[in-house]
Amino acid sequence: MNRIGKQTIVLKNLPKIIQTASVVGQKEQDGKLGGTFDYVIDDGRFGEKSWEKAESKMQKKAVEILLKKADKKNEEIDFIAGGDLLNQCMGTSFGLADFNIPFFGLYGACSTMAESLCIAAMTVDGGYSKNTIAVTSSHFCSSERQFRFPLEYGGQRTPTSQWTVTGSGAALVSDEDGQIAITHITPGKIVDMGIKDANNMGAAMAPAAIDTISTHFKDRNIDKDYYDLVVTGDLGKLGHAITKEQLAKEGLDFKNKYIDCGMEIFDLESQDVHAGGSGCGCCASVFAGHIYSLLKKGEINRVLITATGALMSTTSSFQGESIPGIAHAVAIERV
Amino acid sequence: MDYIKAFVVGGILCAIGQILIDKTKLTPARILVIYVVSGVVLGTIGVYERIVDFAGAGATVPLTGFGYLLSKGVMEAVSKDGFVGIFTGGMTATAGGITAAILFGYLAALFSKSSEK
Amino acid sequence: MKMTKKQYQQYAESKADKSKLWLDMFNAFWIGGLICMIGQFFLNTYMNLNFDKEIAGTLTSITLVFASALLTGLNVYDNIAKKAGAGTLVPITGFANAVVSPAMEFKNEGYVMGVAANIFKIAGPVITYGIIASVLSGIIYLFL
Repeated sequence: MNRIGKQTIVLKNLPKIIQTASVVGQKEQDGKLGGTFDYVIDDGRFGEKSWEKAESKMQKKAVEILLKKADKKNEEIDFIAGGDLLNQCMGTSFGLADFNIPFFGLYGACSTMAESLCIAAMTVDGGYSKNTIAVTSSHFCSSERQFRFPLEYGGQRTPTSQWTVTGSGAALVSDEDGQIAITHITPGKIVDMGIKDANNMGAAMAPAAIDTISTHFKDRNIDKDYYDLVVTGDLGKLGHAITKEQLAKEGLDFKNKYIDCGMEIFDLESQDVHAGGSGCGCCASVFAGHIYSLLKKGEINRVLITATGALMSTTSSFQGESIPGIAHAVAIERV
Repeated sequence: MDYIKAFVVGGILCAIGQILIDKTKLTPARILVIYVVSGVVLGTIGVYERIVDFAGAGATVPLTGFGYLLSKGVMEAVSKDGFVGIFTGGMTATAGGITAAILFGYLAALFSKSSEK
Repeated sequence: MKMTKKQYQQYAESKADKSKLWLDMFNAFWIGGLICMIGQFFLNTYMNLNFDKEIAGTLTSITLVFASALLTGLNVYDNIAKKAGAGTLVPITGFANAVVSPAMEFKNEGYVMGVAANIFKIAGPVITYGIIASVLSGIIYLFL
């Protein structure tokens, strides 16, 4: 049995992340991690008619760059696992159709990058695949019109609201030799603490992150200093503060080794993004760009990526339901 | 003088709306509904008429003024036409604003599109 | 994390950044007030052109709705609203923005099921409840 503790999967064959690629918008490039991305779209519509098509094209671009960087052809990729935030994951379906690669469509809201890495790691580790791509994307404009208001609508954002990242990230998980391996994954449970405010997703998702991270440490029976970096996906300022405080109470005080992609990608004050970035593309582009390069350069050796998702829909919000949260953890280590 | 009155009264009506935005979880659509219905109620009991007399556009430009116009229209139509006025008064009085919104909205959609933020 | 849902909600609420109420109210006050003052200017102008009071009022509404539609079409109304909050929501310009912005946004879904079907997506409730309230008002007036 390749499972330890309650819900952590051990990847005995150490599938490697041999390459990553990221595509972001101009606002992200202007943020704190500008320059760490592979490609920047200078126009939000990316030459397309709709925001949705722009998102699809962005995801397609990320996979194309990934294949080029890894020097692989479409036929060498056995599976692709991906998703996005749009209804029925249309961003991914329309973006990936042309590649002709068998496809797992995933919905984990903003946790999708970790979920797709989990699927990719298991297919490779289990010997079902030589190369699997994990990919996801989000786009501020397509999310805004689906989940909130038309872009030109004059609304005021609350201090806890977050700014959907326009970006896509892709990673190639392979059975080839490499230095950066996925060693363990901890798929998370759905945790709902009753937060109903769609403008406060950080607080809605934090309990799921806390649950998954503490379970991961218990399952692996490791010390709080084991990882050089513990990363959450898009909890933002409030979610980060809650997670940090509550994990410290459980003996997991990571101090400044715990960061949140949503707070890293933007400059919270000068970029007017309130609590920080959010969306599938947030964790995906920060991981594929900044964090992967830290691992590659050996500046960090062990990192726990915990992408977080708010599993609500516009229908559930209108019906007054609370926001269920989810978080999946992926342990990535230099071997 | 009428400019100052319009500024102050209109400003106060907006500031009250801001309290609703910041202190409650009411969505903008709900706040607008509250304003319109309040305008109808205050118009019906004759209070809003006095605010309009005092503040002019300060009272008619906010959405409470839209509600006031609805109530004024319906009451005038009932006086003139009786029962059927209930069905025609409100819409007739507010037709200008609503038609303008539809027309200019449609034109904006024809000639412009939403931009990246 | 050992907390009940209720405890967690209170805890999260207590840690959240709060809106700057006084600053927001100040901005809503002066920007909303300014829009009303501009309305007063048009009202006076139309009355000076010898339109009667009611027609001048309607013309003022139409003018403000046009100005709001223009600013929305030029992609700037939302930038003012970010600062103004209720100052641009409560005046009739906010109603116009609520009609114009979905019309523009849903252009990609076509002119019938997109623009036309969504044009009252946000402002529809205002018309619906306004009309219902006016009907009640008319009934009360009829029988009193």
